[in-house]
Amino acid sequence: MAVKSLSSFDAYADAPEKKYALYMLMLGFAALALGTFFGPLQAFNYGGLDLYPLLKPVFQNYYQGLSLHGVLNAIVFTQLFAQAIMIYLPARELGLRPNMKLAWVSFWMAFGGLLIAAIPLLLNEASVLYTFYAPLKAHWAFYVGAAIFVLSSYVSIYLALELWLRWRKANPGKITPIATYMAVTLWLMWLLASLGLVVGALFLIAWSLGLVAGVDPLLMRTLFWYTGHPIVYFWLLPAYTLAYLTLPKLAGGKLVSDPLSRLVFLLFLLFSVPVGFHHQFADPGIAPYWKMIHTVLTMFVAVPSLITAFTIAASLEVAGRANGGKGLLGWIGALPWNNPTVLAFLLGFLAFIPGGAGGMVNASFNLNQNVHNTVWIPGHFHLQVGTLVTMAAMGTAFWLIPHLTGKPLVARGMAVASQWLWFLGMFIMTFALHWMGFLYQVPRRSHIAGSPVAMEAYKESSAWMVLNIVSGVILLIAAILFFYVIFATALQNRREPSQVMAEVPFTEVISKPEGSGLAQLTERVWFWFGIAVVLVVLAYGPVLFQMFTNMNPVPGQRLW
Amino acid sequence: MENQEHIIERYERAWIFFGLGMITVFIVLVGYLMLTMGNTNPVRAGRIDATKVRTEGDFANPRVEQVGNEYVAYVQAFAYGYLPAEMKFKAGKKVTFYITSPDVQHSFQVANTNINVQVIPGEIAKVSYTFKQPGEYRIICNEYCGIGHANMISKLIVEP
Repeated sequence: MAVKSLSSFDAYADAPEKKYALYMLMLGFAALALGTFFGPLQAFNYGGLDLYPLLKPVFQNYYQGLSLHGVLNAIVFTQLFAQAIMIYLPARELGLRPNMKLAWVSFWMAFGGLLIAAIPLLLNEASVLYTFYAPLKAHWAFYVGAAIFVLSSYVSIYLALELWLRWRKANPGKITPIATYMAVTLWLMWLLASLGLVVGALFLIAWSLGLVAGVDPLLMRTLFWYTGHPIVYFWLLPAYTLAYLTLPKLAGGKLVSDPLSRLVFLLFLLFSVPVGFHHQFADPGIAPYWKMIHTVLTMFVAVPSLITAFTIAASLEVAGRANGGKGLLGWIGALPWNNPTVLAFLLGFLAFIPGGAGGMVNASFNLNQNVHNTVWIPGHFHLQVGTLVTMAAMGTAFWLIPHLTGKPLVARGMAVASQWLWFLGMFIMTFALHWMGFLYQVPRRSHIAGSPVAMEAYKESSAWMVLNIVSGVILLIAAILFFYVIFATALQNRREPSQVMAEVPFTEVISKPEGSGLAQLTERVWFWFGIAVVLVVLAYGPVLFQMFTNMNPVPGQRLW
Repeated sequence: MENQEHIIERYERAWIFFGLGMITVFIVLVGYLMLTMGNTNPVRAGRIDATKVRTEGDFANPRVEQVGNEYVAYVQAFAYGYLPAEMKFKAGKKVTFYITSPDVQHSFQVANTNINVQVIPGEIAKVSYTFKQPGEYRIICNEYCGIGHANMISKLIVEP
């Protein structure tokens, strides 16, 4: 009875940051639900099956669906997830409350921006895909809404830094606790990384409102990819944070090394941004030696992920052995595979291995020529963001939503099934896409199922196309199961705080930061941020200066 | 526990060195192959007013020219096709393509070759290639360019 009466008042009175995190999280999952709905339609398209005519009264064409899929999943969901996790975790770890007024400002900015951008997207006035390459020109509301949405993350940057500085003032000379360290490096990286999108948005808004006649498409591309590559680390690092700090404990073990985990985040702060030209290897207008410099820097950004592979695997081994696993590989079977959160991470990391190897191919200046803009590329990033990042978020939702709301997880079996099916579907689909792109040059983002010319041209890949259809069906079922579980959990009336995790499952560590020279070195955050800025200026400065001083504007077109 | 910690640290260090070594090998290989294996990376041959591509200059007259023992092709990639509509070359002779767009971004990928060019309005891309095998080569636009994007497929013919 006591529980029930509590819930009818304000369940979040003593922890308003829980309500903030919940709203950010659920808005993100709502966006993901709509965006994901279009995913199977894309998979069917690459199987030669065109379902868009059936959606005609509501959605006009394939590219409108694809724009919604990309914007909602890759930009909206990921940012909202970071805004939930990378504020909530440090707040819990430090035992401090973020500035709640500003936290809600960030939520309402994100929500408002999303609504403004959603209107032209839903009306087929912004079917420019999530890369919105000029001179394809969307309705101004799309650029304005997207800008407000992204700017809401600047409030999050402030929130995280303010929390950290407040803690530092009260604890002089101490090493920043690790979740906070990860949050601070993530948000500083994003501060630097997002500048491209923000500056680009200024041009695009002025252009779409008719204030300027044209924009330089190469400059817009360059600004987009300035943000467009580091944004993948902005997606990935919340997943890594959860893998480092919660997965070992949930699996029954400990994180092997705290200082090395800090080094990983520091390397991402340094190397995430000055790498964007590897998306522009095929562009004229950027000299080959600049592309080569970015190749080298991109290769280095693989290092922190290689370290992560080691640390996570070692931590899981510690867990498996603590659970009684014996022998060389026996610890793997001893991991709690029936825990939907642990399962989601295990499967996600499994997919991340071939995904990472494919990423090395994309980053290689010469090899990229064979896969640039083929379906190999969506094959690659569906292993990375579509599998690991999304599964980390889905898996975390299974304990986080109960933790935030006090409502126990419903249909645990469905939660487990959703993760197996998601992994299976993604694995089949990305396998097919890689081969179709590499062997048959099937282009990405192409409505081939609606084009007899295209279907004739790519008919040799029909065996792989069948796999796309199969994967689309599997992923649709996985998505239905997952979204049922989380929305049924969040929307039920039953609050039973005794059945949920009361605290964030922060892991214990084996190698501690105290007394570690490495941890001391990584602690000089502002110094390293300065180095990151210098790296960006060196890797981008001369090229951007040239582009800004020699603009060649082109008028806009609407071709959808 | 102390012991376990040191063992893990040793493996850790070895793994990091392995990773750095692997990356160094990749970088050296990429650089070496770019220099020696017939680089087909597109470069800028100049800039152009995209609104005048169809009316002025070389691209208003898309064509293949034979210059000495080589070919030069001026190609327009437009929504949704390529001009000249049919290009013919002799096998074993070097072809230099100049490509631009009068409208939005496209691409010029020639299947089963290393030619893969981002075509950006305002930019003239240049890429050279020698077709060794006679036959029909598919040209594919792999950059979203509007509702007819999937239909933007053409071909070029290499004669023996």
